[in-house]
Amino acid sequence: MPDKKEDIRIGVFLCHCGSNIAGYLDMEELEEFSRKLPHVTFVLRNLYTCSEGGINEIKKAIEEQNLNRVVVASCTPRTHEPLFRSSCGEAGLNPYLFEMVNIRDQCSWVHMKEQEAGTTKAKDLIRMGVAKAALLEPQEPIMSEVQRRALVLGGGIAGMTASLALANRGYEVVLIEKEESLGGMLNNLNKLSPTMTDAGALADEKIKAVTGHVNITVFTKAKVTEVRGFIGKYNVDIETESGVTTIDIGVIVVSTGGRAFVPEGLYGYDGKRVVTQLEMEKLLKDGLDTDIKNVVMIQCVGSRNEERPYCSRICCQTAVKNAMLIREQNPDSKVSILYRDMQMYGVENEEMFRDSKAKGVRYINYDPANPPQVEFDKVRVYHPLFGRDMDLPVDLVVLSTPVVSQEGAEEISQLLRVPIDENGFFLEGHVKLKPLDFATDGIFLCGSARFPANIRETVAQGLGAASRASIPLAKGSIVVEPIISVLADEDACRGCGLCVALCPYGALEVRTTEKGRKVHVIDVACKGCGVCAATCYQHALSINSFTDNQIEAQLEAFLD
Amino acid sequence: MSKDILVIGGGIAGMQSSLDLADMGIKVHLVEKLPSIGGKMAQLDKTFPTNDCAI
Repeated sequence: MPDKKEDIRIGVFLCHCGSNIAGYLDMEELEEFSRKLPHVTFVLRNLYTCSEGGINEIKKAIEEQNLNRVVVASCTPRTHEPLFRSSCGEAGLNPYLFEMVNIRDQCSWVHMKEQEAGTTKAKDLIRMGVAKAALLEPQEPIMSEVQRRALVLGGGIAGMTASLALANRGYEVVLIEKEESLGGMLNNLNKLSPTMTDAGALADEKIKAVTGHVNITVFTKAKVTEVRGFIGKYNVDIETESGVTTIDIGVIVVSTGGRAFVPEGLYGYDGKRVVTQLEMEKLLKDGLDTDIKNVVMIQCVGSRNEERPYCSRICCQTAVKNAMLIREQNPDSKVSILYRDMQMYGVENEEMFRDSKAKGVRYINYDPANPPQVEFDKVRVYHPLFGRDMDLPVDLVVLSTPVVSQEGAEEISQLLRVPIDENGFFLEGHVKLKPLDFATDGIFLCGSARFPANIRETVAQGLGAASRASIPLAKGSIVVEPIISVLADEDACRGCGLCVALCPYGALEVRTTEKGRKVHVIDVACKGCGVCAATCYQHALSINSFTDNQIEAQLEAFLD
Repeated sequence: MSKDILVIGGGIAGMQSSLDLADMGIKVHLVEKLPSIGGKMAQLDKTFPTNDCAI
């Protein structure tokens, strides 16, 4: 396109990001440098390009300077590319004639102590971005219908809450539970702090609402065996005792929960005299044996160690709650809690903590390097204030173990192609921007599947996930990014199917056409990862906005 | 019933609620007492743990 290149007018916007970029790179030099790059007709520095003022400057420049390509050199496309793209669109420029250059996360932040080298690298990055921008082609977004039906995986409090919220909005919900009955963890709990609500009563109430709801179909003793498709058009196989059912689904909510860690081999755990906090719930539910006079609880059993470095967050409040319930059932009992740090966040938890001390629950700090020793009828613990070991008589030892990831979480992560973290919990799309969404569009998460959460937090997250999932359901259609694979050279394709086998999203298939076997891209399913284009030895496939000639231009610019 | 929704407070909570509701096709009226929306979030620099720029 040599004749077209004459018309290319590129605007470069250099963001200071407060002092995040300008504090480490020489912005004036970058501005001078950018002015001299081919096709660049306008350069502007902003304190924050993403602020309202910065965005208006881009729009103004597109109109007044007649720009037909925009390059922003700033933070990271992860958070800001959509904003800049849509701003270009609002000014009448095709949003895909925009290129972002990462000079913060991958430049100023990593070269904080080497301004000169950092500035040189930023120049390389900007030169490469501009070279690519000159070759960008306009793209049109792809529309796709959304099946107005949600699949909820897991019938605990998170899944039941999400299902009810979606069903009450008028959407059909398919709720899958692996056990025989709904309720999940709630079925094993006694009273819920801080209101001391009866867990069983709450479970019954929710189960009744779910099973009685005209919009909710429940499958128990069920599991998902196959997930095909993409947001709006999932096709899911559900296996139950009576066979396999296949259902069309629009969005998916993962609410598979967690489970309590079983401390085999720790502190003499036997499930009788030494029990977990979860087993304590059952003992309290059934009514505590009146012979139990001396109880010792040990916190952080199997957590905050090398194997499980995280804090499960909810075990402290559970211990304090149960300590008070023990004292209530057996008023002359003594309860001691051996802790490392007490995690009693929020108003009610702190109040309950204070209340428990007033009501005689004793707290002793222990050092993980010198943990308590559980013997037959006593627990020996080093008391840091007395400066010596103390022997506490016990009838019952309660171990506060963390919530760990659900059995089968890995399997589900593979089925849905969503990530889990190093502890086996599902990983949200972004901790602040998408806390209840996966990075994959159309799949959401809530409750202890994500990270240990108490009932109140789980309910809030269930409602939140349902709300997020409602967005595509309410719209009835979605717009997909057109940065996808295209069969750029149909004649070159030999229909070998190598790309089909490698595509992680099931977005390719070989079809028989008049010209023979040719690959076909299912555009809404494609994520534009580029595996196919990189694999195709015929160079038949190409990724929009990452074409061979665009990448070559970037590399050439780098070597300039 | 009127389907418009009033959101009081234009900090991160109010802005996110407004965006989600608007994305569902509902008209939202967002009220903020200060001259600009953004709340505390707009005053922060980098936010833990991803160190994203808060603005």
